[in-house]
Amino acid sequence: MMRPLVLISVLALTGLAACGEKPQTGGGVKSDVAPFQGADSKYMNSGWKAGDKTSWEQGLKARAQNTQNEYSKMAAPTAPAAPK
Amino acid sequence: MARMKFVCDAERCIECNGCVTACKNEHEVPWGVNRRRVVTLNDGVPGEKSISVACMHCSDAPCMAVCPVNCFYRTDEGVVLHDKDICIGCGYCSYACPFGAPQFPASGTFGVRGKMDKCTFCAGGPEANGSQAEFEKYGRNRLAEGKLPSCAEMCSTKALLAGDGDVVADIFRNRVVQRGKGAEVWGWGTAYGSKQAGQAPAGAKS
Repeated sequence: MMRPLVLISVLALTGLAACGEKPQTGGGVKSDVAPFQGADSKYMNSGWKAGDKTSWEQGLKARAQNTQNEYSKMAAPTAPAAPK
Repeated sequence: MARMKFVCDAERCIECNGCVTACKNEHEVPWGVNRRRVVTLNDGVPGEKSISVACMHCSDAPCMAVCPVNCFYRTDEGVVLHDKDICIGCGYCSYACPFGAPQFPASGTFGVRGKMDKCTFCAGGPEANGSQAEFEKYGRNRLAEGKLPSCAEMCSTKALLAGDGDVVADIFRNRVVQRGKGAEVWGWGTAYGSKQAGQAPAGAKS
């Protein structure tokens, strides 16, 4: 009498255990290496040191000004010379 | 801390599609996928403007919010990237993005819609910087080479500006002051907040 009851209980517990939700932590993105660490590339821009964040940022700022801001390349307007 | 942003100057864009070509060439983007494209505003109406559009790497990116598998991440530089190993190609990001940035290859692992592809701000992906694996999935990692995105550097009229937000905003602001018009930056408020480039910060005396 008790044996089928135990068997049913064990089966029910096993079945219900499958309904439990698995923890969904993790599964995120693989870690990415910061760009200032440099790259394995033969086309590296000179003027900054890989691993040095400050020099990387300064290099990018200088590059942005040099390549995108033509006003910085223009000579400051000067007043016309007075006739002698 | 650099916070990378795009600005497209509609007064300067001549719709040459140089940015589109530069992007496709730099990253060897497959046929049918356009990470960047040029859009004409008020087409046919006198005074129509063109702008170059791609992922703007939003401050509060809606694609990140809706992704069911959490494949997006933001770098310290504010660049929104994603992991193609996690992406399931559901397309939710495509519906959420106000710029239409997410692209899907015509053939892929998941039926007709493969894993999402979008502008990386030339910053690659989670793989090792400059590695072949990174290139094949995401294209070149120019930021790790100390360079700015190819689209902006190739722009013939310098309509498209990319780089540290403070720097590109200063460049744009100076232009607006010099020419006396064209302070509107399409998409800037949507991507980075209500403050527009070229405008004085709130509370500043004019």
